Amino acid sequence: MKSLFGRFLLRRLGLSLLTLWLVSVVVFLGAQVLPGDPGRAVLGPLADARAVAALNKELGADRPPVEIYLSWVGGMLEGDMGQSYAYRAPVAPFVGEALLRSLKLVGVIFIIVVPLGVGAGVVAALNVGKPIDRIISVASLSLTVIPEFVSAIALILVFAVILRWLPLSASWPDGAGPLVQIEHLILPALPLVIVLFGYIARMARAGTIEALSSDYTRTAILKGLPWRTVLIRHVLRNALVPTIAVIAAQTGYALGGLVVVEALFRYQGIGNLVLSAAKAKDFAMLQAGILTIGAFFVIATLIADCLTVMLNPRLRAELGK
Amino acid sequence: MTDRARDASAPALHLDDLSVAYTVRGRDLPVLSNVGLTIERGEAYGLVGESGSGKSTVALALQRVLPPNGRISGGHARVAGKDVMELGTAALRKMRANDVAMVFQDPGKALNPSLTVGRQMAEVYEILGASSAEARKRGEAILGRVRISDPGRVMASFPHQLSGGMQQRVVIAMALAKDPALLILDEPTTGLDATIEAEVLDLVDTLRQEFGAAVLFISHNLAAVASLCNRVGVLYAGKLVEEGPARALFADPRHPYTAGLLRCLPRAGFKGGPALDNIPGFPPVPGSITKGCVFAPRCGLAEDRCRSEEPPLYDVGEGRGSRCHFHDRIDDLPRMSEPPPVNTPERGPDVQPVLMLERLSKTYELPGNRQVQALRDVSLTLNPGETLGLVGESGSGKSTLANLILGLAEHDEGGAISLDGTPVAASVHARPREAIQAIQIIFQNPDSALNRAHTVKHLIGRAVERLAGITGAKRNTRVTQLLEAVRLTPRQLPAKPRQLSGGMKQRVAVARAFAADPRVIVCDEPTSALDVSVQSAILNLLSELQAERQVSYILISHDLGVVRHLSDRIAVMYLGRLMEIGPAKSVLTGPHHPYTEALLSAAPTVTGERGTRIRLEGQIPSPVNPPSGCVFHTRCPRKFGPICETEEPGFSADTEGHAIRCHLDRSEMGRGREMKGVEIVEANG
Amino acid sequence: MSATSDGAEAATTSPPAPAPTMRKERTTLGILMRSPAFLIGAAIVLFWAFCAAFAPYFVPYDPLADDLLNTLAPPSAAHWFGTDQIGRDVFSRVLVGARDILTIAPLATLLGTVLGTIVGLVMGYFGGWVDAIVGRLIEVMLSLPLIIVALMVLVALGPSTPTVAVVVGLVFTPLVARTVRAAVLSERHLDYVPAAAVRGEGALHVMFVEILPNIWPPIIVETTVRLGYAIFTIASLSFLGFGVQPPSPDWGLAIAENYGVLVGGFWWTVVPATVATASLVVGVNLVAEGLQRAVAE
Repeated sequence: MKSLFGRFLLRRLGLSLLTLWLVSVVVFLGAQVLPGDPGRAVLGPLADARAVAALNKELGADRPPVEIYLSWVGGMLEGDMGQSYAYRAPVAPFVGEALLRSLKLVGVIFIIVVPLGVGAGVVAALNVGKPIDRIISVASLSLTVIPEFVSAIALILVFAVILRWLPLSASWPDGAGPLVQIEHLILPALPLVIVLFGYIARMARAGTIEALSSDYTRTAILKGLPWRTVLIRHVLRNALVPTIAVIAAQTGYALGGLVVVEALFRYQGIGNLVLSAAKAKDFAMLQAGILTIGAFFVIATLIADCLTVMLNPRLRAELGK
Repeated sequence: MTDRARDASAPALHLDDLSVAYTVRGRDLPVLSNVGLTIERGEAYGLVGESGSGKSTVALALQRVLPPNGRISGGHARVAGKDVMELGTAALRKMRANDVAMVFQDPGKALNPSLTVGRQMAEVYEILGASSAEARKRGEAILGRVRISDPGRVMASFPHQLSGGMQQRVVIAMALAKDPALLILDEPTTGLDATIEAEVLDLVDTLRQEFGAAVLFISHNLAAVASLCNRVGVLYAGKLVEEGPARALFADPRHPYTAGLLRCLPRAGFKGGPALDNIPGFPPVPGSITKGCVFAPRCGLAEDRCRSEEPPLYDVGEGRGSRCHFHDRIDDLPRMSEPPPVNTPERGPDVQPVLMLERLSKTYELPGNRQVQALRDVSLTLNPGETLGLVGESGSGKSTLANLILGLAEHDEGGAISLDGTPVAASVHARPREAIQAIQIIFQNPDSALNRAHTVKHLIGRAVERLAGITGAKRNTRVTQLLEAVRLTPRQLPAKPRQLSGGMKQRVAVARAFAADPRVIVCDEPTSALDVSVQSAILNLLSELQAERQVSYILISHDLGVVRHLSDRIAVMYLGRLMEIGPAKSVLTGPHHPYTEALLSAAPTVTGERGTRIRLEGQIPSPVNPPSGCVFHTRCPRKFGPICETEEPGFSADTEGHAIRCHLDRSEMGRGREMKGVEIVEANG
Repeated sequence: MSATSDGAEAATTSPPAPAPTMRKERTTLGILMRSPAFLIGAAIVLFWAFCAAFAPYFVPYDPLADDLLNTLAPPSAAHWFGTDQIGRDVFSRVLVGARDILTIAPLATLLGTVLGTIVGLVMGYFGGWVDAIVGRLIEVMLSLPLIIVALMVLVALGPSTPTVAVVVGLVFTPLVARTVRAAVLSERHLDYVPAAAVRGEGALHVMFVEILPNIWPPIIVETTVRLGYAIFTIASLSFLGFGVQPPSPDWGLAIAENYGVLVGGFWWTVVPATVATASLVVGVNLVAEGLQRAVAE
């Protein structure tokens, strides 16, 4: 079993690297090849042709695409993410700092949303068809589709402007402790909590309903086991494993939503970095930021897959096949 | 019988006018009405009925695990003297923990996939107060009692690591662990292979006597019930229409429904033997018949009285009851259908076979450079108008062979298929239209085989167009002719499959197969998805069409009764190889290949006779690593020496064309029981 | 199927199948008409569709006309929802603001659904290496958040209405393809597929005539769900400055232009567009949910 898992891990790791490589190609194509002439894109249609050529030379964009790609990837492997055009400085420190900030925000989001979503889903499943289920179902369904900036406006209005319970700004004073940091992060976290809540609650609800209606649950009930034992040992164990994969997939999604939330709250995370790089047409920065987000997602799904397999003996057995 | 069974005075189960209703879209549908029955301690009671008769509902109701939209609308159920309706939550749990146990149809689903067998086993004892160490010990002990040879390993396994038969033993062990007063078995062997089924039935029978538990055995399989049970109840549309001792009831039914069911079963005799009858019409929608007898609309004996006055449960003596006003006139029940003509194919050296298979093999590549030979070196011929029965358990290669014949899979190099003496390409895509139209198929499940998005007209019409090349008005005429040939009417033309009953759907599938004068039709379990009463009508239709059109059938079935009833010749397959082939009579009466012998003796009979049963040890080996020598040697009860393990036996035919792949001399092989006693029956619904 | 929490009755099985006869079919439309959630959703969507089509002909003010003497005016009889930072009438802008998003989002959805259906059919039907390669590419596309992929491409090509529609449609293609592929796989093992092969039908016939009619329910549901997300995504892009461009009264754009003054208490510049966006996405989603339930029955 152990060696089987080792083999699975190796294969899965290989696939992740393949995905990552393909992501790098897509990002490269999107940020370097698609614009055609980066210098022209930066300077605009009215700029002097010589200035454009000079800029292209400075950016290294006058070389053949394959060469640019290879030098970019090569640099990446050595930790060199390239030079920012806007800041005239190496990209890597910006990305590192922004990623750290975003991870803090994502951490707050998931600490709030995972217990909330799973709990609501299970409660709804246990009360299928009753008012509490209807309320949770309609809420999760409706909240999921509300764009972050829309719910953010409502939350700001209520909690920061009217009630003044939470600070409006996501940035905390220098040297603030973790509690103060979290206090500043709650308001920016909530719009994404609202979106993710629906996904997680629906998945948990569906998984729990399926497990509840299974033959093995009926067998457990007919053994005369107390309901609590049936629920914890037989139902939830099987119901919540698929939810893990959803949570991981939504991590990637959350990073997309970060662009909106970080822009709105002017929080210097990876989403804001990508957005400002896009607005400034700072292609090196844009590329590095997007690739970082892709890498984050690939790692998250890798971890989720491993967890799913470890928690599910049937999948573990299928690894051998 | 144990002391406990003898001492306890209350019956294991007593149902008193039990009624159950389901609420569907705001309407109450009575699923069971006024069912009364008693199962004494240690008794085995069989509850039979077709799908929708309410037989599983009985089991759920008496344990109070009905689905949320179901409720007990009247009457009482007493398990070991306790009225389950009056138990509180705690008492109900205690009743489930102590008195009653249930085994479901699909053991794979009844076990929790993410817990070890040991964990699930121990639970049963822990709830009764055992410590966890003690629970494990007792768990291993009970696994031993259900004849699991390596309980320690099984305890440490997850359910998916066990075979279907092994899972079912675990579930049975789990049920018996609490030493229940009542053991409920709901279709416990459906979906298992014949030899495994026989094993499970034997096991239940032995354990019942060892543990002294009463058994409620719920099944559509009349023969399985007959072989296991003392008494039988017949359910029809939620009513218990007949009840009595198993042997007497099956030998001399006193209700026209029971009598009709038995006439639908392919029983004694070979092709050309007694014709099957059927029961016309459909079971009523629950609650639609409020006056008179529920069976009256389909009954050949029904008179005005039956339609106005509901028959009570008449006592007809010897502990038997029947809900029929005319229970003493059952012998007058007329045949409900015309006996179909039976085709006798020409045989002999000068008849050109319609289909000839030479050395067909099929190898699949597996990842990791492994190979699996799903079929190995199969040669056989099929004459015009002949039916070849193909039997064997799962993994025997029956379906692979069918796919090769149809060209859905391509056979390995070196094999050949010829149709009327002309070689045809391996793949259906490379075959000319004439070859495609000549070889058609009837699938097991019409729900799957008929595209539910299309109408009957389109389903048959498209086949006519593609296979016969007929279009326009002529096409429509042809579709109508085909519909009439399968006893449907043009009224069904605009219907989509889901608007038709199971039997009607299968008729559409038959009509489609006959769209362009086929020469050979592969019938892949053509009736095993159907209820007994519908099955016989389809079998009769197949006989009739064969006699009319001289078509040849390759009949794949796990049901030896069906195979015996229709086949001129029978082929037995095991692990991708042909083990025996010959005229039906020779194959069924012997001398047999040891595997055929085991298969034949595994099938229970509706007369409840239990001959010397030959049981196979172990599991079907993996085709990836087939055993050396004779592939059957690992399970063969007649293995006699090292030659079986080292040398593959030859396959030579006697003068009648009966070939057996075995090292044994024919004189040493088993022979069938006396012809009169042979009733190999398995009713499938 | 469901279970209750008290434990006593918690177990489920399927209810008995009604006896087979020639049954009358219950129409999907009939089920929908009795679903309040669907009806509310449909009413909201129809309202905004009506505004998108006809609002310019009946709103009290020109949504683009500024009035620098009357900026940030609170709601009044003259301006029901007040005016924005350059004095434009918020009420008129909100009604007309439905126009761009309700043009781009359906187009993007249509493109994504058509392409995704074709890709999904091919993947599911052929399987093997076709499925493996396309599947890998889809995974790559999905490992970047949709909005970021869209952002990247729009930066490169420059935001214009057709570009936004095409980009969002392409970004949705793998999602639709994944759903369609799953639906095809569950059909693929049914016997009507080999039944078509034994009468010599080709791949195109099997995919489009045999399989496609059986998977339209999940496709329709997917289309409505996608429409909701198209609105979500395009509104977010507009908010970020990469979607609909000024001076359109588009909601996302309006919020981006005005949320800075929210703290000053000028809530009416933002709240109407917020409520409008929320109501439209929720409305579309209620329709999607209603369809999903109706199809499942």
